[in-house]
Amino acid sequence: MKAVNGWRLAMGGVLVLALTGCGNIEPWVKPYERQALADPIMAFDPNPVSASYLDHVYEAREGARGALGSAGGGCGCN
Amino acid sequence: MKKAWGAGQWVTLALLVLAWPLASVAGVLGEDRADVLYHRYDGGGVTIHGPSVLVRKKLAEKYAISANYYMDMVTSASIDVEVSGASEYKEERDQYSFGFEYLRGKTTYNLGYTNSKENDYQAETTSFGISQDLFGDLTTITMGFSRGKDVVRRRDTVTDEIDPSFREPIDRWSYRVGVSQILTKSLIATMQLEVITDEGFLNNPYRSYRFVNPSDDRLFALDPEIYPRTRTSNAVAFNARYYLPYRAALHGGYRFFTDTWGIDASTFRLGYTHPMGPWTFEVGYRYYTQGNADFYSDLFERANQQNFMARDKELSTFVSQTLSVGATYDFLPNGWRFVKKGTLNLRYDRIEFEYEDFRDARFSLLPADDPSFRAAGAEPFYTFGANVIQAFVSVWF
Repeated sequence: MKAVNGWRLAMGGVLVLALTGCGNIEPWVKPYERQALADPIMAFDPNPVSASYLDHVYEAREGARGALGSAGGGCGCN
Repeated sequence: MKKAWGAGQWVTLALLVLAWPLASVAGVLGEDRADVLYHRYDGGGVTIHGPSVLVRKKLAEKYAISANYYMDMVTSASIDVEVSGASEYKEERDQYSFGFEYLRGKTTYNLGYTNSKENDYQAETTSFGISQDLFGDLTTITMGFSRGKDVVRRRDTVTDEIDPSFREPIDRWSYRVGVSQILTKSLIATMQLEVITDEGFLNNPYRSYRFVNPSDDRLFALDPEIYPRTRTSNAVAFNARYYLPYRAALHGGYRFFTDTWGIDASTFRLGYTHPMGPWTFEVGYRYYTQGNADFYSDLFERANQQNFMARDKELSTFVSQTLSVGATYDFLPNGWRFVKKGTLNLRYDRIEFEYEDFRDARFSLLPADDPSFRAAGAEPFYTFGANVIQAFVSVWF
């Protein structure tokens, strides 16, 4: 039950942010200050085909799964 | 089984989906690209290799389609195969994935479908996701849902024929939320949460648990594993990337995992990316640790000792550590005809697995007069290392 309440709270929080925050918060990093963040070496997933392969390598051999940032897919790794 | 979501959660989700377009101005879809990759995994008596091809194309800057073909060619004589008395086997897995994205203002909607087939396992997954840029694009929120349907079959390990009487389904549900946040001019961080629920035949149909042989307690006997028919897991991950002033990137992450089978796991990652002319070099380290499932035991005292019994090393207590090195060479910095850019990539990962309650049962299968013989339950713990190689070409067009 606890997990479901936590989920609902997180969803509610996101909803409040989405409804109230838009347009009111002044971006503290201006668009012209984002050259470093736009550099390809700062991409979280620069090689999706390689990252999803490695995720699969670990998922088939370890108990943990999820929260990897990819859309997921059929594993067939049993 | 506990219901994954109640009506309240669905109403909240619906409101959220309706509210998001209010913030819309304009976003961008990812670049057009194609990747052709060869992968090879070699470790613990198992070799898996094959290609993966991904193509992604935008249409009218509002839509994007993607397709991926992935193949595993497996040759396995793993410790599990050896201990069960079966001989080396070969199999093949083909996987097709298709994706569609639609950009409306600052909201991106995506749909995905994946189909995976091997002779004794089929999996189909459909997914839906939404992503929204907020607060002057400092924040991106993502949400996703996937539904999977698998069918587990069983091969006869001697004749290699599929058993027509064995056909077990698995239903899967996955719910994801994520936030990506620009924190400073040099630092970006993400948080992701994922809840996955499975229901059905979750065993590996070829694996056995082992118990003390009633006629000789130095030996063991085997019986098919029995798993619970449901599993729900929660994972939360934090990742960050930091831009170093001399143009390099430091990146790291932590993931905590827990599930209803009693497995708790932590994953730590640290990496460094360094460009040098047309080259980009990357090094990384990954540390993973997990505790065993409640119904896991390396050696049960007797057959049918409890309701659920497993001896899968994936459910045991262990640590895995990985060292990675990678190099990317930009071979078309100025483009060529319709190609804007092209890279050649090579990556090597060395993974070491060290098990803390999974013993190497091959030692108690030796003749009792062999000097290496160890009684069941007194064998050394199993360890193995794996080499993972990826070579791929990427082009942007």
